[in-house]
Amino acid sequence: MAQVDRCTALWIGAIAITLIGVLLQGRLDWLARYPEAWVLPVADVVNAVSNWVVRHFAWIFQGMSALLEYPIRAVQKGLHALPWSVAMLLFCILAYAASGWRLALFTLGASAYMLTIGYWDAGMNTLSLVAISVPSAILVGFAIGVWGFRSARAERVIMPTLDVLQTVPTFAYLLPILMLFGFGTVVGLIASILYSFPPMVRNTILGLRRVAPEVIESGLMAGATRRQLFWQVRVPSARRQLMLGVNQATMASLSMVIIASVIGGTADLGWEVLSTIRKAQFGESLLVGLVIALMAMVIDRVTIGFAGASDRSGKTAPRNSLWLFAGMAIVLIYGACLMLPLLYDWPAAYRINPAPLMNEALSGFITAFRTQIEAIKTAAFYFVMLPARIGLQGAVSPFTWGFALTPGHQIAYALGMIALALWSARRWTPKAGIAVLIFAVIYFFGLTGLPWPTLILILVLLSHGIGGAAMALGTALGLLFIVVTGNWPAAVLSIYLCGIAVAIAFTLGSAIGIWAAQNDRVSAIVRPINDTLQTMPLFVILIPFVMIFKIGDFTALLAIIAYAIVPAIRYTEHGLRDLPETVIEAARMIGTTPRQLLWQVKIPLALPIMMLGLNQTILYGIAMLVIAALVGANGLEQTVYIALTDGNVGQGLIAGLAMAIIAIIADRMTSGWSRRRQATLGLDSQ
Amino acid sequence: MKTSSSDLGPVVLSCRNVWKVYGPRADSFFRPVSAGARDPAARAAEIRATGHIVANASVSFDVHKGEIFVIMGLSGSGKSTIVRCLSRLVEPTAGEILLDGEDLLKKSTAELIEIRRHKLGMVFQSFGLMPHLNVIDNIAFPLKLQGMGEADRHARAARVIELVGLTGRERNYPSELSGGQQQRVGIARSLAVEPEVWLLDEPFSALDPLIRKQMQDEFLRIQRKLHKSIVFITHDFQEALRIADRMAIMRDGAVVQIGRPIDLILNPADDYIRDFTQDVPWESILRASDIMEPVSGTVEGLRRVAEDTSVASVLPDLGSSAGVVVEGPRGTVLGIVTARGLAASLALGCAQTGPSGSA
Repeated sequence: MAQVDRCTALWIGAIAITLIGVLLQGRLDWLARYPEAWVLPVADVVNAVSNWVVRHFAWIFQGMSALLEYPIRAVQKGLHALPWSVAMLLFCILAYAASGWRLALFTLGASAYMLTIGYWDAGMNTLSLVAISVPSAILVGFAIGVWGFRSARAERVIMPTLDVLQTVPTFAYLLPILMLFGFGTVVGLIASILYSFPPMVRNTILGLRRVAPEVIESGLMAGATRRQLFWQVRVPSARRQLMLGVNQATMASLSMVIIASVIGGTADLGWEVLSTIRKAQFGESLLVGLVIALMAMVIDRVTIGFAGASDRSGKTAPRNSLWLFAGMAIVLIYGACLMLPLLYDWPAAYRINPAPLMNEALSGFITAFRTQIEAIKTAAFYFVMLPARIGLQGAVSPFTWGFALTPGHQIAYALGMIALALWSARRWTPKAGIAVLIFAVIYFFGLTGLPWPTLILILVLLSHGIGGAAMALGTALGLLFIVVTGNWPAAVLSIYLCGIAVAIAFTLGSAIGIWAAQNDRVSAIVRPINDTLQTMPLFVILIPFVMIFKIGDFTALLAIIAYAIVPAIRYTEHGLRDLPETVIEAARMIGTTPRQLLWQVKIPLALPIMMLGLNQTILYGIAMLVIAALVGANGLEQTVYIALTDGNVGQGLIAGLAMAIIAIIADRMTSGWSRRRQATLGLDSQ
Repeated sequence: MKTSSSDLGPVVLSCRNVWKVYGPRADSFFRPVSAGARDPAARAAEIRATGHIVANASVSFDVHKGEIFVIMGLSGSGKSTIVRCLSRLVEPTAGEILLDGEDLLKKSTAELIEIRRHKLGMVFQSFGLMPHLNVIDNIAFPLKLQGMGEADRHARAARVIELVGLTGRERNYPSELSGGQQQRVGIARSLAVEPEVWLLDEPFSALDPLIRKQMQDEFLRIQRKLHKSIVFITHDFQEALRIADRMAIMRDGAVVQIGRPIDLILNPADDYIRDFTQDVPWESILRASDIMEPVSGTVEGLRRVAEDTSVASVLPDLGSSAGVVVEGPRGTVLGIVTARGLAASLALGCAQTGPSGSA
């Protein structure tokens, strides 16, 4: 009890300090804004180092770049030299071998779409980059994974490095690569390898470690040598997990290849999307986006199929005849190609181009619903986004809300919130009351209206409550780094946009998840949508929102919500459906109503899993935020993107690191809470 | 009791004062090699007091050729550790493991691999099958590691597949088999190398009771054919009684009593053993030869039974006649079972409390 009281007192103290800080920041300038003069020149140092490295060692990297050009060129040439008909057949055979007829048909449809719509060549360019980056990423990832598996010390270095690699905004590490390797496809390739090998490492370590001890013992008892034990027992037993790693690496690679096109020079699908968006040819960009989406789906299903096939019964005989049949079919079609040029190169005249029609329809739609679209946009802006950013005190004005904020309003707000806090504290726990108070303060003054020291104080206290002194220290150091490098204002903007998006995505996603957990039909509808959204390269998700709402904060917000809602739905449904059957039965036998069962039994038990969903929601949100810089988000992501276009390595890297820090802090907090909670409830952490 | 251990074959595997201690300074307790030889219980208590975990405390037993030696104990008694020490899957902290008279603990890694490849076979509680191999490849896996060609190893695997009754399942994967079938694969695999010593670590514990019984019968049938020297680990006292030629009961890492099942029932070493034995239906465990007395009169007209007949099946005769004659393999008269003799045996077993048995 004393513990709770101390904790509560601490928090109330923090709120008091916040209020004092707000009052004082009019007088003390450094409270409101970290002074320019105090900014440490970290970015300049990084720039100096990078210039020095580029000046002295660039030739090494340029040489590597030139060497890497060769395999890319070779694969590109190979894929282009292949008649489309033969390539298509190859894809279908691969799909069939991985999973069966359905996927083969789907692949056929997808590649036929790519062909007739006229993006075959761009698609082959994208594919050739993926085809080189994936095997490299898998090799690198597997090797590092084995190293991490063998040596605990290595693992301690590898894991945090992966965290950073996976959370640093993708644009941020395009930059140094650009500096070192110069322009060209190689940059995309290397960025893609760097981005896609971490999941392979994680899955390798996990898979190798998870092999049942009895399988290892039985290998030892069979008289396996060290090498035999590793290659013939451990690795094959971990095959499923390894293939999941391959799947994730492939998807990451595709995603990065698409993103890397922002640096240009690649006539691939990503470039097509980007240039059409820039030219406001939304019909075209939607068509290309669909090509990317279909490609992602096919690649995903094929690699997943192979992962599943590793444990299925091997039908060796039919397999052999399949390859025989495939070989014959390829030779036959190739022969046909030589006679029928149509099968070799799809003539431009046969291309179907519905884009102009779509553009017309879109502009028709936008003109017809202009008022509604504007209304949605302004409502969201005035009532949600603006208050969160600059607070009610700034957002409420006759112009926006229709009335001015009088002292009377302010007092009413304060009293109302205090009453609500007291009620929550009594109804639930003191912590709930504290939470209400903090939100009330933030909502009134706005995230940007709070002095930076107090915001840091709140976050550090929160980490302390969740993970103790060590986590608090980490949070404090991380946030101070952002402050002293002068990135705090941009960071607050990132937190604000991502925060709103995550809050909405999580609330909405949990609601849908709860619904889907109760209702099989909803679940059946939601699942494929989730699957599709999740496999979609981030870029593609932007397209429909940009089309309707144009460039701006609101578009970014919607895109982030669309992407980040997936884990919120998934984890909620999974958490609710996966509860121990006995608990549910016991609750039913006590005589709970369905509503009581849901709110008093299922949700409290599923909460840790749902929090894990929140964790993923945040990380997905941050990932999308980075890309949202393309459509006009203003925070750190914009700093990174501008640095990329300016070639300012220091600024880009530091701002990128700042984003990674925010992501890692959010991740540690939510997963820490979830883990602790699961342990208390005695549920398995999956 | 009446029959001594004189009919046991030569010792194949011998476990001498084996200790396994987990903890940061485990080795330090055994620096002077003789240190473990002092009163083991006191020594174990000393070591535990330092925060180390004593999984095995001076465990000693012999396994004779062709016998089924069961190690029975509840969870945490150290039985799984000791069977792993026997094959050096777990490295003992001190002691000797003698296989055919040679100390296994002194073998190099390469020698150990050779021994595992040819002399030892092991069956695991959760089967330990390779998920990526089908039945025949799983069974032939040890042979493959030895470098045997595919045709040879499949031929050899086919023989054990028939032995364990898995014919027709060769191409199935472990995930497609039931628990009982998976364990048959595990058994077949451990037999494929034709080991001398067969280690089974709770092989049937993961199975349903009915399947377990069936598998026990299968196991006994196979053993009657192959005459392996067996160490069989179980936590199930009934299973131990059914299977064991001789058994050891472990508790807190130490062996409490070793003997034939009947020795344990009639002569429990302490209350711990008695807790296990008191609910045992003695009439189905006791054999006629266990309670027979020398013949002291005429045996004309009495029923004659084989020496391994259970007491339960002669009980009706004891009430109505003077007794039942026990005869040997060629009709020789070994002794006579009477109601009085039976009562005397049971009374003896109930009265004795001190440590005894053939340990």
